[in-house]
Amino acid sequence: MMEIINEYVFSVFFVETLLNGLLYGGVLALLSLGLNLIFGVIDVVWICYAELVMLGMYTIYFMHVRYGIPLIPSSVICVLMVALLGYVLHRIIIAHVLGKAPINQLLATGGVLFFLQSIATLMFGVEFLSLGVSLGSFQLTEDIYLSKSQFVAFIVAAAAVAGMYFFLSRSYMGAAIRAISQDREIMILMGVDANRLYGITSAIGGGLAGLAACLLALQFDVHPFVGISFGPIVFMVCVMGGLGNLVGGFIAAFVFAELIAIGGYFADLEWGTVLAFCVFVITMFIRPEGLFARKS
Amino acid sequence: MLVIDDVTAGYGDFTALRNASIEVKAGEAVAVIGPNGAGKSTLMRAISGMIPLKGGTITMEGQSISSIPAHKIVETGIAHVPENRRLFARMSVEENLRVGCYAKPFRAAFDKRLEFVYELFPRMKERRNQLAGTMSGGEQQMCAIGRALMSDPKILLMDEPSAGLAPVIVQQVFELIRRIRAEGLTVLIVEQNVQQVLKVVDRAYLLEAGTIRHSGSSAELLGSEDIRKAYIGV
Repeated sequence: MMEIINEYVFSVFFVETLLNGLLYGGVLALLSLGLNLIFGVIDVVWICYAELVMLGMYTIYFMHVRYGIPLIPSSVICVLMVALLGYVLHRIIIAHVLGKAPINQLLATGGVLFFLQSIATLMFGVEFLSLGVSLGSFQLTEDIYLSKSQFVAFIVAAAAVAGMYFFLSRSYMGAAIRAISQDREIMILMGVDANRLYGITSAIGGGLAGLAACLLALQFDVHPFVGISFGPIVFMVCVMGGLGNLVGGFIAAFVFAELIAIGGYFADLEWGTVLAFCVFVITMFIRPEGLFARKS
Repeated sequence: MLVIDDVTAGYGDFTALRNASIEVKAGEAVAVIGPNGAGKSTLMRAISGMIPLKGGTITMEGQSISSIPAHKIVETGIAHVPENRRLFARMSVEENLRVGCYAKPFRAAFDKRLEFVYELFPRMKERRNQLAGTMSGGEQQMCAIGRALMSDPKILLMDEPSAGLAPVIVQQVFELIRRIRAEGLTVLIVEQNVQQVLKVVDRAYLLEAGTIRHSGSSAELLGSEDIRKAYIGV
């Protein structure tokens, strides 16, 4: 027994696996933050959230590869573009299904999912497009190498999550955004125009999706169905953390990423996702409201 | 200051308030009393724009507030302490007060207003970092009043401030209202606790089944045989 533990757990590969899980967790945390914010404030689940990320990945691909704009300005354009998409999505779709039966909201945003996938297929084709940027890897210790693009993604995602934390806890707008998620009706008494706040929140959620798109484009090729590879995981992270609970989603993102990494370490890579999904299903049986659900 | 003229309001097809006219002058404290379901809360909600008017007009210092967007009404100097306090339970006391100061014209005075509220309610200063939902009912009422006072209002609307509180706390709440009056604020208060509220206001209106039945000074209403029988039970 001890031999097995020594061989598997104290090996540098295991440490590397944990670190990779941590890095992936950062991006998952960023993705789940956007979705959770939208749900917490507006009370609608953007089923098409991953497809906004997909369009963001196309945006940065076209800006950088086709138009030759440097990576950083391309990323800024990408974030603004998806922020605008989030705002437009709210204005033309979500605003009309607010307060309707949840099934109608799911159908509406689910419809947008297929719409965006089809539009992307029509416009860009089904080929896998690569940003063609390789940052290489760097040596952390003698035996541990980490991918630089993953590391950059983690740092940027962590900075964005921290920035959102300060925005939500220190600014008037942030306080109002948290307040409206607790009591929508009385916000009028505080002088808050709820529709304007919803529009702003949608733009912020879109902007976070756009930022995640930039980070994912560094690691993955873009194609119309790329959303499938992380969209379901992001939803499960949010549900596991308690939908709308930003802190819960943050923790769940790392739990999920580590489960995927560890599962992949002990078996094949695909088994990592299987392990994470199994834990998710069991969690849902034990705590249907999520690991960090609030009491009321 | 606040003139409610021939106002009709309700929810959907249901009319909860019919042709009500009420006036509150600067510096006065006025109560609207009446039984459950008389339309008292509807009146408050209509004033602050939470529900649209079906008829009539409401003017604040000569400016019609029926025609401006509902979220701008607080900027005319009307602050509303809602029924059941409605604090943001998972936010701290100070964060609740910050949301009360959200509208752009108020933000510059945040520090000054915070100091004012903390002076009025030293207990709130002690509990500034506590989550609002974990406080006692009386403290929550202080926080709700404080949140409304953050906008430096000219008139304070209070919807059933004593509802759901223990008798001892109810006494404290009416004491709070006296202190707010002493600050020179104009107050319009809706209450079912008729005997208590008539002791802190100058005048009162009696609302029954959506219609104003009586109005008069507190002394008159306290002396009225009908009201004593129906609402005070002595």
